[in-house]
Amino acid sequence: MDINPLVIFMAAIFTSNILLTNFLGMCSYLSVSKEIESSAGLGMAVFFVLTLTSAINYIVYHYILVPMDLIYLQYIIFIIVIAAFVQLTELIIERFSPVLYYTLGIFLPLITVNCAILGVSLFMIIRQYSFIQAVLYGAGSGIGWLLAILALAGIRNRLKEKYLPQGMNNAAISLIITGIMALAFIGFSGVAIIQ
Amino acid sequence: MLSLIINNVVIFAGIGGFLALLLVIADYFLANYGDCQIDINGKKKLTVKGGSSLLNSLAENNVFIPSACGGRGTCGLCKVKVKEGGGPLLPTERPYLDADELKNGVRLSCQVKVKEDIIISIPEALFSIRKFKGVVETIIDYTYDTKGLVIKLIEPAKIDFKAGQYIQLESKKYAKSKQVVSRAYSMANCPENNNVVELIIRRVPDGIMTTFVHDYLKKDDELYLTGPYGDFFIRDTDTDMIFVAGGSGMAPFKGIIEDLYKKESKQHIVYFFGARTTEDLFLVDEMKEYEKKMADFTFIPVISQPEKSPDWKGESGYIPPLLDKHIRDPKNTEGYLCGSPALIASTEKKMKELGIENVYYDSFG
Ligand code: FES
Repeated sequence: MDINPLVIFMAAIFTSNILLTNFLGMCSYLSVSKEIESSAGLGMAVFFVLTLTSAINYIVYHYILVPMDLIYLQYIIFIIVIAAFVQLTELIIERFSPVLYYTLGIFLPLITVNCAILGVSLFMIIRQYSFIQAVLYGAGSGIGWLLAILALAGIRNRLKEKYLPQGMNNAAISLIITGIMALAFIGFSGVAIIQ
Repeated sequence: MLSLIINNVVIFAGIGGFLALLLVIADYFLANYGDCQIDINGKKKLTVKGGSSLLNSLAENNVFIPSACGGRGTCGLCKVKVKEGGGPLLPTERPYLDADELKNGVRLSCQVKVKEDIIISIPEALFSIRKFKGVVETIIDYTYDTKGLVIKLIEPAKIDFKAGQYIQLESKKYAKSKQVVSRAYSMANCPENNNVVELIIRRVPDGIMTTFVHDYLKKDDELYLTGPYGDFFIRDTDTDMIFVAGGSGMAPFKGIIEDLYKKESKQHIVYFFGARTTEDLFLVDEMKEYEKKMADFTFIPVISQPEKSPDWKGESGYIPPLLDKHIRDPKNTEGYLCGSPALIASTEKKMKELGIENVYYDSFG
């Protein structure tokens, strides 16, 4: 596919944001978005894992699985690659930011089963991206996810002092906000990229 | 077909192996903190391998910090003052620290990881805490659900403690538990008998430790324990004393009363021992003996469900309303309580109402 990788990168952040248009990666997005700091931390971790795993998965898929005719192994291989990189991210965060490590708690290892990550790896195969396209798509999706969770965390923070009808707290209002945010992001598709 | 299977396996194992190698290398570089030094009270310096918790690093070097949850960050007992090093305060510690402690750098030693040189201060008394190996000498059935345990110490053979302090007993793996846990129990012997540790252990349904003691432990079994811990011991005063215990809360008082008897105490002492029915009462005759032998000691067993024990002639109901009659001068009286949180809360409230200022307690909570 002959699309400028930068266009893919920008599209992954805005017009086809993995979270707001595909609604992938919702569970940690909803649960960790209470504080801006921990959202930023988790967002960075997702960005890191997404970028690296899309690169590695691309190489593994095109240079090992395709030539050997083992495409059907892609799901399981992608998942172990993701799991390993999440472990690596955990080690890095524990070393350099123990506070973030404890704040993220269970949600850090849970990135392994974050469907956004597997989704990106599978999309890049289906859409037949080149290596550069795939990596930028991964990185863009990571930034897009980070952006979405930061936006939600910001809004939720402001909502803290506001009165909300009972039953509207937490998940319910977050989902409504996410829907409105998704609508707003669709607005980006009207933006033309000047070549 | 065979080659396909082999292909699959090789690729799968190859990728898995590569990733595992990557993680091992990362682990080596990222989780390796080298040798770190722990400076304790400016007096003792330990060199430990970095990366594990402060609580464990200290225990490996025979400095034992009290801990009831085994390092899971839920009991809040393992507090230590960290003066330097130790990294930022973690969200897991905050709920257990009050404003004063936060200001003074108090941390939960099980949550702090030793990743750099660290300077801490701990009460000197903790230095005398040791790990002991002992062997079960006697198991006594006090009631249908309460056992007495006498553990003879082998290594070291003596324990220095104050009557009322507690130890942490370590369980062993057994049929129903693959886990080794340690739990706190008050010592029921007096400090003069320092070559044994006597415990009173009441069965907790499905409790890992109490099931172990009640169903699996036999005479001559070997056990490990650490201690002595705690500041539940009688203060060196001449005041009147009121003791209140429920169930296995008998333990520290048994030691304390034996100790007071040996010291020929002349203090005015009243001991209320609460149980549900007469079947739950134990050591009553022994305590009555002390009444005769000691200058001014009264033992009052109280049962809370008298309808189930029609022959009972003693006191019944709740303990707090019975206190009034036995307090001569509240200003000159100290209260010592050991039992369930509910018993302690209600008794402490009553004692404060009656004007007793110094109330000390050891709660099972
Ligand atoms: S050992 Fe229980 S909180 Fe640290």
